[in-house]
Amino acid sequence: MAKPLIATQHLTSCFGCHMSILDIDDRILKLAKMVDFDRSPINDIKEFTWPVDIGIIEGGVSNDEHVEILKDFRKNCKVLIGIGSCAVANSVPSMRNTVPLKECLEEAYLNGPTIVDGGIIPNDEDIPILLDKVYPLHEVVKIDYFLPGCPPSADTIWNALVALLTGKELEFPYELIKYD
Amino acid sequence: MSEDHALFIKKVAEKYGRDPTRLMDILLEVNARYGWFSEETIGHIGEAMDIPRVKIRDKISFYTFFSQKPVGKTVIRLSNSVVEKMKGAAEVARAFEDAVGVKFGETTPDGAITLTYAQCIGMSDQAPSALINHTPVGNLLPEDVGDIVEAIKNEEDISQLPQALIDVNLRRSGPVVFAPMDAGTAVRAALKMTPEQVIDEIKKSNLRGRGGAGFPTGKKWEACRNVKSDFRYIVCNADEGEPGTFKDRVIMSERANLVFEGMTIAGYAVGAEYGIVYLRGEYEYMLEDLKRILEERRKKGLLGKNILDKKDFNFAIRIQIGAGAYICGEESALIESLEGKRGAPRERPPFPVEKGYMNRPTAVNNVETLCAAARIMEQGADWFSTIGTEASAGTKLLSVSGDCSRPGVYEIEYGITVARFLKMVGAEHAIAAKIGGPSGRLVAPNDFDRTISFEDFSTGGSVIFFGPGRDLLTHMKQFTEFFVEESCGWCTPCRVGTTLMLKEFDKIIEGRATRTEIENIKKLGQTIKTMSRCGLGQTAPNPILTSMQNFPELYEAVIKPVDYIGTFDFAKAVSAGAEITGRKPHSDEEANL
Amino acid sequence: MSQETVTFTLDGVKVKATKGQTIMEAADAAGIYIPRLCWHKDLPSGGNCRICTVMVNGRPAGSCLFPVEDGIVVENNTKQLKDHRCQVVEMHFIEGNHYCPSCEASGECELQALGYYTQMLTPTSPYLRPKYEVDASHPDVYIDRDRCILCGRCIRASEFLDGKCVFSFEGRGIHKRISVNAEHNLGETNMEASDRAATICPTGALMIKRTGYRIPVGKRRFDIHPIGWDIEKKKKSG
Ligand SMILES: Cc1cc2nc3c(=O)[nH]c(=O)nc-3n(C[C@H](O)[C@H](O)[C@H](O)COP(=O)(O)O)c2cc1C
Ligand code: SF4
Ligand code: SF4
Ligand code: SF4
Ligand code: FES
Repeated sequence: MAKPLIATQHLTSCFGCHMSILDIDDRILKLAKMVDFDRSPINDIKEFTWPVDIGIIEGGVSNDEHVEILKDFRKNCKVLIGIGSCAVANSVPSMRNTVPLKECLEEAYLNGPTIVDGGIIPNDEDIPILLDKVYPLHEVVKIDYFLPGCPPSADTIWNALVALLTGKELEFPYELIKYD
Repeated sequence: MSEDHALFIKKVAEKYGRDPTRLMDILLEVNARYGWFSEETIGHIGEAMDIPRVKIRDKISFYTFFSQKPVGKTVIRLSNSVVEKMKGAAEVARAFEDAVGVKFGETTPDGAITLTYAQCIGMSDQAPSALINHTPVGNLLPEDVGDIVEAIKNEEDISQLPQALIDVNLRRSGPVVFAPMDAGTAVRAALKMTPEQVIDEIKKSNLRGRGGAGFPTGKKWEACRNVKSDFRYIVCNADEGEPGTFKDRVIMSERANLVFEGMTIAGYAVGAEYGIVYLRGEYEYMLEDLKRILEERRKKGLLGKNILDKKDFNFAIRIQIGAGAYICGEESALIESLEGKRGAPRERPPFPVEKGYMNRPTAVNNVETLCAAARIMEQGADWFSTIGTEASAGTKLLSVSGDCSRPGVYEIEYGITVARFLKMVGAEHAIAAKIGGPSGRLVAPNDFDRTISFEDFSTGGSVIFFGPGRDLLTHMKQFTEFFVEESCGWCTPCRVGTTLMLKEFDKIIEGRATRTEIENIKKLGQTIKTMSRCGLGQTAPNPILTSMQNFPELYEAVIKPVDYIGTFDFAKAVSAGAEITGRKPHSDEEANL
Repeated sequence: MSQETVTFTLDGVKVKATKGQTIMEAADAAGIYIPRLCWHKDLPSGGNCRICTVMVNGRPAGSCLFPVEDGIVVENNTKQLKDHRCQVVEMHFIEGNHYCPSCEASGECELQALGYYTQMLTPTSPYLRPKYEVDASHPDVYIDRDRCILCGRCIRASEFLDGKCVFSFEGRGIHKRISVNAEHNLGETNMEASDRAATICPTGALMIKRTGYRIPVGKRRFDIHPIGWDIEKKKKSG
């Protein structure tokens, strides 16, 4: 029997959740025995080779490209997991949500205290278009499991993966559920 | 200038003895002069009353009649409750905007006119309707609006406009409330008995409260009488704010004497010397008439000291005007408001009969209940209990509005079927009836053989009919908006829950919902009902939940057979970014699933 | 005055209580934790959050205010109530703007702790995303209304413990918010960092400045024990 396939992706976030995945230490060897990785920044595969069993997304949705990527993941993953506060709740990137986008950009690129001699708001075909807000994943597509934390601890991630791969209920001891 | 204000405010405060429990009256008088409350005004009131300004602000910001930004000399409050919308309030609103030259929510630059929306103002039988300052106008047509605005600009007397002639609209009188009466008969009959005998008679009659909850009146009075206290109070609840009710309006204009009679009897029965009528702010135009009637009663010895020469039976009545808050109809919120605070309901127990107004035993009764009590004194409990059904003695006033040919107030005997009632009011073609106003249920035709009574469809009095072609779901949304607007905000399940309910329901109405949303909304509704502090939250989910129960086909028709639809709206989310960059976003073909 | 004892049932267990106690007080004494948020041991109850709702003889009642009566049957730990509580906890999260990872109160916050307690993985209802300004005008204390859950504790503490009136509510319904006794902001009030009100907030809405990170994240109150642990401990130790 082929090993289950996993894909991962990060959107607007600090990559900390991916670090936390790697932080499972030597269990990563066990994981490698249990699964194969498809599309993921960990192996730098940028497109789905084929549909996978588990998709893991870190980060909130903040531009048009993210929407596309997320929908692509939903289409290609049997089970889709949001990991980390940015993906599943409000977090640092979403702190801009109560300020209109234009004001945000102007503050960052035109009027902020670190701007010298004016400035410009970057605009290029290759830069995705920002959304008005940073959205948690489930406002855009269906998310099957949520793993909160900033980042979720390696143990949380490990527990969740093992449960999913062995078909058990996801249950966490008190210490593993954290919003920070 | 500022000293002027301070002096005026100080005088008003002194007029009420700087009594914090009379804050409502003080605010009403200050409002009558300035039309709104600046921070400066708030500061002056605080100083004059020796109350921290934050407490004054707390109270002002709670009531819709009090504004914290300047308003025009004339404020036009167009009612936009459900029935008003059905009857063309939107077209009338456009006409007002055209004639006045500003949008709703705005004031003309010369400070002459403010346009604003109001909840139900108790005129659903004559919708569309509005309050022009305190004067109600009804049966508005877009083509009348020009003349009305002209009259306002010319500073004419608004109450002389043809639209200001309020129809009584009493369509059917019954033996209890609207039978002929003579002032004093009921009180005289009561005074022949001991207070205990009065209570026994009321108990024997099986009279239950007409304000919605249906609590046995005799039991309430007895409980109030039996609590040891130096003072007791009678409160008449005339705050009717449930959209679609206006029966208390008709009682107060046609049978005020019977109401006062009932209050006096209640005072005698429970041992209270003081009664307060809490009259909704929307009915302020009745105040002068009511005061006159009270004065007449005093002259006749029906109020005051040693009433009808009964030694040591003293009873006085005062009228408290409200300032626009539906929740103040809830008895404990009403009491808070009477005491000069924001109208947030209290926790129960203790009930008002134990600790009510000023922490003294207080019997709060609906206007109609008090009328019935007076009539029972006149005619006897035996007579009363032969009317209606065994569990629901007497008559009920129903305020009928919506799609029917004869809207108005009907005094019917309990036990009438909905079907018979439909014929009476000319609503034979109704596809649905909302019995009990927004907080009641949406009844489908297959239940029209059921009865209006405490044991079946119990109602405080509002009955709204919907005719063929009405979009029921949209109306359920509007009812829900009413609760969002009127939630007092004290407790989280109601404050946040009603808003969430509306958000979820929007998805349904806009065709962006799956079976998941239906299940979510049911679950959410149960949480709000179980966890909310008072009756408002506990019934707020009813429009949606009862329509789901009785009209499932409406929901089946709009939900999508897909797995999931997010709340995310790509076009809306990307538009600001696209505009700033002047670029086209990645196409979102699949984004719209 | 002699203390009258009453007995009632709490989740099937007979509990003895003193007349005049609330259900919550009696449960606490018996070592049974009923989740709560707006309640505070030194304050009169406000009844704002409703998380402490229990069933009394089959009808819902706020246990922080409902007095015990002899023979009442109280349900607390039922699946239904747990679901309702989780939903209400979630409402508190979506009503404001809670960015836990960057909040000084994280780990000490009772709202967050209740999220853990009710096993809410994340709020899934749509965020309401209101817009508020932070009030940092006071030299020692700030208000971040994004995190205010309108529990009213600060109002009651200022009034009943500090003998002041620094706070009150303003507005109604979903527009309700916490307001201060000044024309503009907290800096103009007689608030002091030593006021009990300054440290009574269950969340990070009302905080003393420059103290947020004295205890490192990971070693804070609810990092170590779940909320209610101190109460349940009593039962375990008999
Ligand atoms: C949200 C809410 C609004 C209410 N509005 C009214 C009202 O406008 N008039 C009224 O008489 N009772 C109203 N009630 C019911 C009162 O709380 C109370 O039960 C009633 O006034 C008691 O009088 P009764 O026993 O004569 O019916 C309302 C209750 C709730 C929960
Ligand atoms: S249920 Fe609604 S109206 Fe009643 S106390 Fe709670 S917030 Fe106020
Ligand atoms: S106040 Fe509590 S729930 Fe809100 S952000 Fe801070 S830690 Fe999180
Ligand atoms: S500031 Fe804190 S204590 Fe005050 S109401 Fe808000 S959450 Fe409660
Ligand atoms: S703790 Fe009882 S209502 Fe908040």
